[in-house]
Parts: sequence; structure tokens; C-alpha cells
Amino acid sequence: MSPEKTPILKVSKLVKRFGGFHALDGLSFHVVPGEILGLVGPNGSGKTTAINVISGLYAPDGGEVVFDGASSGGVASHKLVHRGINRTFQVPKPFLSLTVRENIQVALAYGGAAGAPSIAELLEEYRLKEVADRPAADLNSAQQKMLDLTRALATRPRLLLLDELAAGLNPAELDWIAGRIKALAATGMAIIVVEHLMGFIEQITDRVIVLNAGKEIFEGTLATAVREPQVIEVFLGGEHAH
Amino acid sequence: MLNASKHLLFILAPLVVVFALLPGVYQNHLLLFNFVIFLILAQGVNIIYGFTGYLPFGYVGFFGAGAYGFAIMVMHLQTPAPLAVLVGGLVAIALGLLLTPLLRLSGAYFAIANLAASLAVLHFVANPALEGITKGPYGVSLTGTFNPTHAYYAAVVVMALTVGAVIYLKNSPFGLALQAVREDAVSASMAGVNIIKMRVIAWLASALVAGLAGGIYAWYVSVFYPDNVFSGEFSIFAIVFALFGGVATITGPIVGVLILYGIYNLIGFTTPQYFQLIYGLLIMGLVLFLPAGLVSLATRRGWHVP
Repeated sequence: MSPEKTPILKVSKLVKRFGGFHALDGLSFHVVPGEILGLVGPNGSGKTTAINVISGLYAPDGGEVVFDGASSGGVASHKLVHRGINRTFQVPKPFLSLTVRENIQVALAYGGAAGAPSIAELLEEYRLKEVADRPAADLNSAQQKMLDLTRALATRPRLLLLDELAAGLNPAELDWIAGRIKALAATGMAIIVVEHLMGFIEQITDRVIVLNAGKEIFEGTLATAVREPQVIEVFLGGEHAH
Repeated sequence: MLNASKHLLFILAPLVVVFALLPGVYQNHLLLFNFVIFLILAQGVNIIYGFTGYLPFGYVGFFGAGAYGFAIMVMHLQTPAPLAVLVGGLVAIALGLLLTPLLRLSGAYFAIANLAASLAVLHFVANPALEGITKGPYGVSLTGTFNPTHAYYAAVVVMALTVGAVIYLKNSPFGLALQAVREDAVSASMAGVNIIKMRVIAWLASALVAGLAGGIYAWYVSVFYPDNVFSGEFSIFAIVFALFGGVATITGPIVGVLILYGIYNLIGFTTPQYFQLIYGLLIMGLVLFLPAGLVSLATRRGWHVP
């Protein structure tokens, strides 16, 4: 991470409630262009909620999200896509009855920005060329995750949010996708990765934020995080922290 | 050749030519007219259900609104029939705009709310207090514009435009985006698609088609009551025909109308006593064995169906 870079995303004191439950409770962080930031934490700590608020699926109940210098909290998803934010989903959500090619075509036609990669490039780079003309419903789950990613990349995002992209991939696929994500960051794309696979997080992130109960409890490298008593307590329970 | 040109040449052109020439060789013009009207309505259902997933159980509301839009223009302003048909289409669009909040619902909730809305429009039009405008429950008689031949060809023109619209949907990024919204609205928004705008456009296009058909129907029959043009049979038939053939295709609703409405009339003429039984069994068989319509017989084998 280059500290002199201006953050492309700044989240300040973000609050999201579901009834009486505070999924996000004053979360603040930032990410700069070209950085890969990991969001880690136990189930229910607010990682996916944070992604959902940043990508416009949920409106925040408090706090502020600023993308590229302009407030983006509560803005409709498709508008955020046009401004340069995109994401993948924990459970991939392709358009099942459309072919792989048509899935990407929709994103290129409606969210595509100047300089977006072509369908052929995306199919080739993300190993979907062989299944390009098959309905998305025919793909296995790893292929559906790649299709989800290509749908996002077709809109040429400047901020990419990856929600458990690596879950379910085999070790060879993990190494390969880690390389792809690093290559994307090298182009200046800011990437936020939500992941449970710590080895994968360590391999690709510059910095992690550890969340618990909708709040940040640690910020720094993963190597430091795993020595923090508070982090260990959250992940493994109190008796392991000492 | 581009797919769209192929579809225009091999589907739309033959359909228009056949229905333009048939009145010269087949004497039951009312039957031909009904075929054309159902071709329009089935494709209208295709636009909203096939491409966006909203099942319009009250689709007849737009048809009736179009018929009354036509009648009011002719009765009160002596508007020429073709212009009154266009007004019928606009009235249906206005009703569609009024009903856009229904698009917040999905599945059975939308279908039921849409059905209720069409009944509300029927009872509004049939209200005796509005006799001065709609003739209330007493029906309208439009002898001044009576011209079944012109009305028939107007229906063929609207059918051509409607099938043309579906060909456009089947071959354009716009149609692809509509299907994306139907498949997964959240993902579609992350593809940059404005899902609300897309749904409203499809809804209003579908309303326009039914409104124009309703206006032409009023022109053709000239004398009708609210119960005739708001009859639930129009919705049910249009939906069943579209589903029977297969939605989200160009040919499915056409095949559905030609076969099912053909059989409907055949049974009605030959063995009317078994009519409901045979027709009911046919539809049950379809739902059980071919839920994606007749075209799925081909798509299951990997054949592409336009």
C-alpha cells in the first residue's frame, strides 16, 4: 500500500441495523487504489453487510460512505456500478437460463465503461471459453464464481468487492485466482476481499481489518493480527487468548 | 444473415402474409379476427411474463381499458377509428402507469393484485353513475365506425408490430437485460441495469399492446358490454396460449395460439359436449409434462428455438 495515495473509498462510522440487531456498529475504514484489503471476522461480524452497504444493496442507517470523493451511501446499485463499484456474491448469482456469453454481454451493454475488457478476453482469462455458449445453470460452482467475477469485471470497476470468492476452490484454483486478483490490483483497482480462508487472505492482502459485532477490532497485517489477544479471543474463545 | 433479419423474414413475414390473405379464402372472418387478437395478446403476455417474470392475471384490464378508450373517443368526440385505437393504447398505458406500484410485488401476489385491479377497472367503467361517459352497465353501440374489414387489417398491423417488438427483445441487449432482471434482479443491478426502469418499460409495452388490441376489438364488434371486454377469459386464454407454446421465445406464443385456439374451435364446433373436458385435460397434460411449453420439446434436444 502506498500511504500517499488518496483513498478511493472511505467508510466512516457506518451503522446498519436489522430490527434491534446492529450488523454494523460504527465501522470505519478506507481503501486506496491498487490495494487489496481483507475483511475478516467470525460469522455474523458484519463483513457481508459492509459489502452490501458499499455496493448499494442496503442503505446505511448511519455514518457515511464516500466513493471517489462523492457520497455513495444509499445510492442505487446500478448507479454505483456506473460510478465504478462492483462485487461478487458469496453464493454466485448468475442469470441461470442465459448462456455464459449472454451473462457477460448484459454487463458489458449496461455497465460497461470505456476500456472494459472484451467478452473473448474475459472468457479466456477466467477459463470459461469452453462453456461460453452453455446456460449458466450448467456450470459447476467454481465456474459460476468465475462467471460472477467476469460479470463484475465487464463493468471495469475501480473498486471490486469479493465476497468469499475462494470458498470451495481447490488449492490449484486458489493459487491461480490469487494471481489473478493480484494482477487486477496491479492495474490500480482497489479490492476488498471478504474471506474465511486465512492462508488465501495472507497470500493476497496488503492489510486486513478484523471485525467483530459490526466494529473494527484490529487493523494491520494478518501476521500481526493472529498474535493479537483480542483477535484470538474473537476467533477461538477467551481461554485461548492468554 | 443477422438473427433478427432471419426472424423477420421467416417468422413475421409469413405470419402477416397468411393472415392478410386468409380472409379472401376463408369465410369465418370473426374466427380469423379472434386468432389475430389472441396472437397479439399472447405476445403481450410474453413481453411481460416471458421476459420479466410477472404473470398478469388481470391482463384483460388493459384490453378493456383500450376498448373503452376507443368507445369514448368515438362516442363523444367522433374521432376517426384509427386515431381512437391509438387513444385506446394510450389509455392502457395510463392505466399501466397507475398500476406500476404493483411491480413491487412478485409471484402470486402480483398475479392476484393485477387480477383485482382489472376487476376494479371493470366495476369503475360499469358504474351506472358514469352512464354519461361510459354508458355504464348498459353497453356501447358504435355504429358510426363499424367496419370489420378495416378493423381486421388494423389488427394484423398491430400483430406485426407486436411480433416485431418480441423479435427485437429476442435479439437486443435490451431484451437480454430484461431476462437478466427476471432471472436475478440483484445481479442485474450489479450488471448496471436499472431494474425499475426496465420493468416499467416492459409493463407499459405490454399494456400498450393489449390497449391497441382492445381498441381494435371495439372497432370490430361495435356493440359490447363491460363484461364482454373485461372478461377474464381474455387473460386466461392469452396466458394459457403463451405458456402452452413457450414464453421468452418468438415462436412459442404463436404456436400456442395456432394449436390451442385451433383445437378450442375445432372441439367447440364438433363435440361441444366434451369441450371443457378435453380442453382441461390438454392443459393439465401440458402443465404436468411440458411446463416450459411445446418449444421445450425442441430445446431439450439442444435445438435452438427462436
